[in-house]
Amino acid sequence: MFTVTFEEINNRAKSEWAALQKGSYILVGTATCGRAAGALDVVDAFNKELTRQGLEVPIIQVGCTGLCYADPLVVISKAGSLRVVYANVTPETVHRLVEGYVAGDDPCLELALGTLEGGDGEAVYIPELPRFERELRLILRRCGCSDPENINHYIANGGYSGLEKALKMSPEEIVGELKKSGLRGRGGAGFPTHRKWELCRKARITPKYVICNADEGDPGAFMDRVVLESDPHQVIEGMIIAGRAIGAEQGYIYVRAEYPLAIERVQIALKRAEELGFLGDNILGSGFGFHIEIAAGAGAFVSGEETALIAAVEGRMSTPSPRPPYPTELGLWDKPTLLNNVKTFAYVPLIIERGAGWFASIGTEGSKGTAVFTLAGKVASAGLAEVPMGTTLRELIYDIGGGIAKDKQFKAVQIGGPSGGCLPETLLDIPIDYDSLREAGSMMGSGGMIVMDEDNCMVDAARFFLDFSTKESCGKCTMCRLGTLQMLHILEDITAGQGKIGDIDLLLALAEDVKIGSLCGLGKTAPNPVLTTLRYFRDEYEAHILDKRCPAKVCPNLTAYYILPDKCDRSCEHCVLTCPTEAIKGGAGEIKHIDQEKCVNCGTCMDVCPPEYSAVIKVSPITELPVEDVAAKERGIAQQAKQVA
Amino acid sequence: MITEEQTSQAVAGILSSHKKEKKNLIPLLQEVQAKLGYLPKKTMQEIADFLEMPEVEVWGVATFYNQFRFVPLGKYHTMVCMGTACHLAGGRLILEALERELDIKVGETDEDGNFSLERVACIGCCMLAPVIVIKDKIHPKMTPFKVEEALVSYKQETQRENS
Repeated sequence: MFTVTFEEINNRAKSEWAALQKGSYILVGTATCGRAAGALDVVDAFNKELTRQGLEVPIIQVGCTGLCYADPLVVISKAGSLRVVYANVTPETVHRLVEGYVAGDDPCLELALGTLEGGDGEAVYIPELPRFERELRLILRRCGCSDPENINHYIANGGYSGLEKALKMSPEEIVGELKKSGLRGRGGAGFPTHRKWELCRKARITPKYVICNADEGDPGAFMDRVVLESDPHQVIEGMIIAGRAIGAEQGYIYVRAEYPLAIERVQIALKRAEELGFLGDNILGSGFGFHIEIAAGAGAFVSGEETALIAAVEGRMSTPSPRPPYPTELGLWDKPTLLNNVKTFAYVPLIIERGAGWFASIGTEGSKGTAVFTLAGKVASAGLAEVPMGTTLRELIYDIGGGIAKDKQFKAVQIGGPSGGCLPETLLDIPIDYDSLREAGSMMGSGGMIVMDEDNCMVDAARFFLDFSTKESCGKCTMCRLGTLQMLHILEDITAGQGKIGDIDLLLALAEDVKIGSLCGLGKTAPNPVLTTLRYFRDEYEAHILDKRCPAKVCPNLTAYYILPDKCDRSCEHCVLTCPTEAIKGGAGEIKHIDQEKCVNCGTCMDVCPPEYSAVIKVSPITELPVEDVAAKERGIAQQAKQVA
Repeated sequence: MITEEQTSQAVAGILSSHKKEKKNLIPLLQEVQAKLGYLPKKTMQEIADFLEMPEVEVWGVATFYNQFRFVPLGKYHTMVCMGTACHLAGGRLILEALERELDIKVGETDEDGNFSLERVACIGCCMLAPVIVIKDKIHPKMTPFKVEEALVSYKQETQRENS
């Protein structure tokens, strides 16, 4: 039989990589985030421009570097010269880059974010950016630097050597390494990974299954997508090692349907891995066989729960089942099943390759290794970061995220999506690890972090998360289905100015009932956003209920737009022309006035009013408006309520 | 317009490429929807017969998941992201602007079959919030005013095609 040794595969990959480094090449980040910012147009522009100038330089579409605020991101690499990173590239700047740096010697530093080598002091040296002093990239280390569709890039940068090593170890030794490493599940709950593996390994029933949970449903979290789009092989390698350790021959990757590019890139990766013999009946001649299939989700947040996910793979409605029995015992088709998150699998090859001791030396006493977070919301530099466990929230938001955008005031950070909590400024110095976050009323979750500033209303934020949870509740448990709905109605009343003082106690009581009366994590954690906002921002609830005032001026029934007559320029008509409901009156030369009955609180007038006038303001409570406007606003609110009903 | 016969043929083609296993139910529904744009009533029966399961079970699964639709979409299917980052950046205003401009509510398709509107949980482009997707093209950093602007070109396109 024809078998190639790992050494041969490795040598071939290394020489391909070395050959690439000898010449010039262009990297364009085309993960979903890059594409949304226009990266594919940039790729087209490069292709055209290179053809036009008769240059043959490879363009490599890579994943995401985590510097999402700078997308589309382009790296031009030239042998013997600086590798330069360009931010916010547009098709218009491509011509300049090709002529300047690909063809010529001008690195176009005025368009650059920085260089990847120690520069001459003229450009920013990227590894010295403040964020990289805090970051430690393990599973993100190849993201954005190598071609996710080229398996040789992965192998040349250390890929599949963990598997090669694992094939020479006994299953007990593999699980033992994981135990020593202290790795805990990165899906959010933080269950010790080795315990799941050990239970599956010891299970007597066969066949066994390995499932990778890539049903990243938390709104605002996208690290699993980035890992799958940018470096999918590390997840596949982790799953193969898991199969070897527990004695499974079949694996499934459950990816949510909203991630078509992730599905495409994983499909390609699986095919390449099969071609080189990392997947199949006899992996690298070891006699061990393992296969992986993709199961595409069909859109259900609850599928992230392990028993519900198993139901979805089996082709059923994705509703959770009581545990025990745990999936490690009776899982997919009632067989022992190992279910881990994308990132958990991604750490495995590294732990095997570099050793458990190395991994355990990173992080804190109870939480080992690194954590990957997405930073979004009102932060200056949104994106992805990987930091050692124990890094503080302040370091993450200010050093890596660059602080709050537009010099606004920080208000809260929401961690863990609809299951997590909103933490205030006073808690910014707590270290990020499973236990500290849980103590604060939040949770690690999958790692989505949304920063809120003074313009965000905390009651509205709680309402938003509860609205999400009620929509995504599968309906199996009464308290989750109806209890959360009652809580939502109360919050809707409060944000609409109909709140009563007893509502806060009622919310607290309902929250406890929902927690106790729900089977799975979705229901058990759904009240968290309400509980934490009540714990840390109770004054905002009280302002809504007692004063009919929204402190952040967000809730539409409690807030009104108003044009200050003495500031209005009279001759300018920006607001009149752009108002979508034609609510602004006032002819040429007249002071403009908002018809509160027609106003839909869209804020367009405030956006377009020239900054030298800044005549449009928001007021809350609405009683701050002139008397006749208050009456009009109330009529408008009543009308809208009628329409909704 | 696809005829009923063409629909049946397409569905038969998809069915024949799968094994009669229950675990194939979701992939089958996904493939039919990818081909036809939605799940016609008749198809549900055909899938149920193929997998030898009650039709009600097929409906149960199909209506459980957010992805499946039972009415044809508009030519310009518009999705409004309602994830956390988009919500905080004014996603509600964007959704209201679209409902106003298209004169349809979420989940509806307009009378001419040009536009349909849907809200989605999160498409993972949080740093570009708020975002909408019109016919697979992502429009970043929207405002109610930019919604009007974005729709103008699509509306013109449909008018050109109709005239």
